[in-house]
Amino acid sequence: MAALLEIRNLSKSFGGVAANVEISFDVAPGEILGLLGPNGAGKTSLFNSISGEVTPDAGEILLEGRRISGLGPVACAMAGIARTFQVVRSFDSMSVRENVMVGAFTRLGSTRAAMAQADETMEFCGLTRRADAPAHMLSPAEKRRLEVARALATKPKILLLDEMLTGLTPTEAQEGVALVRAVQAQGVTILMVEHVMEVVLPLVSRAIVLNLGRVLTTGTPAEIVKHPEVIRAYLGDRYAAG
Amino acid sequence: MQNAITLRRRRELITAGVLVALLIVLPLPFHDPYTRNLMILTLLYAALAQSWNILGGTCGQISLGHSLYFGVGAYVSTLLFVWHGVPPWFGMLAAAAVAGLLALLVGWPCFRLSGHYYAIATVVVQEIAYLLFLNWDDIGGASGVYVPFHGQSWLNLQFRTAKLPYFYVMLGFFALTWIAAWWIEGSRWGFSWRAVKDDVIAARSLGVRVFPSKMAAAAISGGLTGIGGAIFAQFVGYIDPDSILSGPLSILIALPAVLGGVGTLWGPLLGAAVLIPLRELSSTFLGSSGSGVDLMLYGALIMVVALWRPQGLVSLFQRGRNGSAS
Repeated sequence: MAALLEIRNLSKSFGGVAANVEISFDVAPGEILGLLGPNGAGKTSLFNSISGEVTPDAGEILLEGRRISGLGPVACAMAGIARTFQVVRSFDSMSVRENVMVGAFTRLGSTRAAMAQADETMEFCGLTRRADAPAHMLSPAEKRRLEVARALATKPKILLLDEMLTGLTPTEAQEGVALVRAVQAQGVTILMVEHVMEVVLPLVSRAIVLNLGRVLTTGTPAEIVKHPEVIRAYLGDRYAAG
Repeated sequence: MQNAITLRRRRELITAGVLVALLIVLPLPFHDPYTRNLMILTLLYAALAQSWNILGGTCGQISLGHSLYFGVGAYVSTLLFVWHGVPPWFGMLAAAAVAGLLALLVGWPCFRLSGHYYAIATVVVQEIAYLLFLNWDDIGGASGVYVPFHGQSWLNLQFRTAKLPYFYVMLGFFALTWIAAWWIEGSRWGFSWRAVKDDVIAARSLGVRVFPSKMAAAAISGGLTGIGGAIFAQFVGYIDPDSILSGPLSILIALPAVLGGVGTLWGPLLGAAVLIPLRELSSTFLGSSGSGVDLMLYGALIMVVALWRPQGLVSLFQRGRNGSAS
């Protein structure tokens, strides 16, 4: 099957610090692909390139065969890439419904249509009860949900989740996992950065491990956890041999 | 479809209808020109602040140079009237167009600056325009322009000593700015602009075109302010750079919105209703010896509001909006 998203030899550095070095991988339509790696491995930086927030120094990113790298965040959003942020960025002067409507307006012109779209998306994300609460009053878990809802309201082809489950209680994290599965069931492809291994590994079909800006390895969750390089990157040399 | 947003918007519209009805009869019991004059000025500043609020409140781009659009609007309409006898109703349209274009012209370089730098740039641009107009002899320079009296008529917006017609013109102008703000609030534009104000990066990631959003907000805000300048010129019958294109005026345009509640629909009117009478009273009681005291008053007022009601006076009328919706 043709890849939905292709990353080709992508490199990006910030003032001499190489955040991403010749990264290449494909995301197949409909899959949940995990993006793992220790702090500073270049995961968020890669997300910023894919979502158009930064322009890669070299290499390219293709969505359904069309080049999207360097076009900027607005063009990427219109092309069908939606994202959440590691540090939540809700529109705090607005209610939950209004936040989600901003996402819905990406493809809709009329307020009525955007409202209907927002209602549907809030229902899907379990936010209907909080629809009229000001966004800044939400709990951290609800704010994560709000970001997912806002992104989904843009009707994306691929959703980038940046540490959506980090910092949540185990119960909240399990609810988050259920939401991610539901999003996948809707036909949206997912690329997720995550730290919480025991939560993310059962969820993803494949994972890419980054370390020091490079792709360390790619494989199924079972392969990943046994890979000596991965163990070394996370735990150090002492544990890698075993 | 009915939800909290549609219900709120309907309530706002009904409140506005009732308010306009009240304002229509408000000046009738007051016959002295002083009180009516005060009402006219209050409505003028309410409308100007409402125009400012479209850019400053909704889109979050704080302009401290809005007297530029007011002054240029006044000059455009007045010079068309003086030189070519164009009635101010058409002059107003020209004023709106020129002021709107000017706002785009200012925005083109200045919106590339973020945060406080944009505000500073607007001050600078307005000061440049002030100096330019002060020394531009073809349009009166520092001695200004007198609006010749062409006889009492609605067409020319000239009424010898009557204040009432001007009151209704100002009320119409205020209603126009309010309806514009209300309409924007419920449209795709309003949502995009507020997203830009709250978080530019998140807005961009949702496909909001940030720069065009700011430009559109600036053009509408500047254009409406220009209409105010055109009306004001007919009202006072004389314009010069010091009275319509000055730094203090720029502050006075923004102040009612800040005092009443930035980004709110009722803040500008409420702020003006407190600020403008206060200003007139202070200048009446203190006379010329008190020049500058009014500025101290504004400062004190803003400090009190900032400490006590950071959301502006309008928050006094809102029920506590807490998160427990269910």
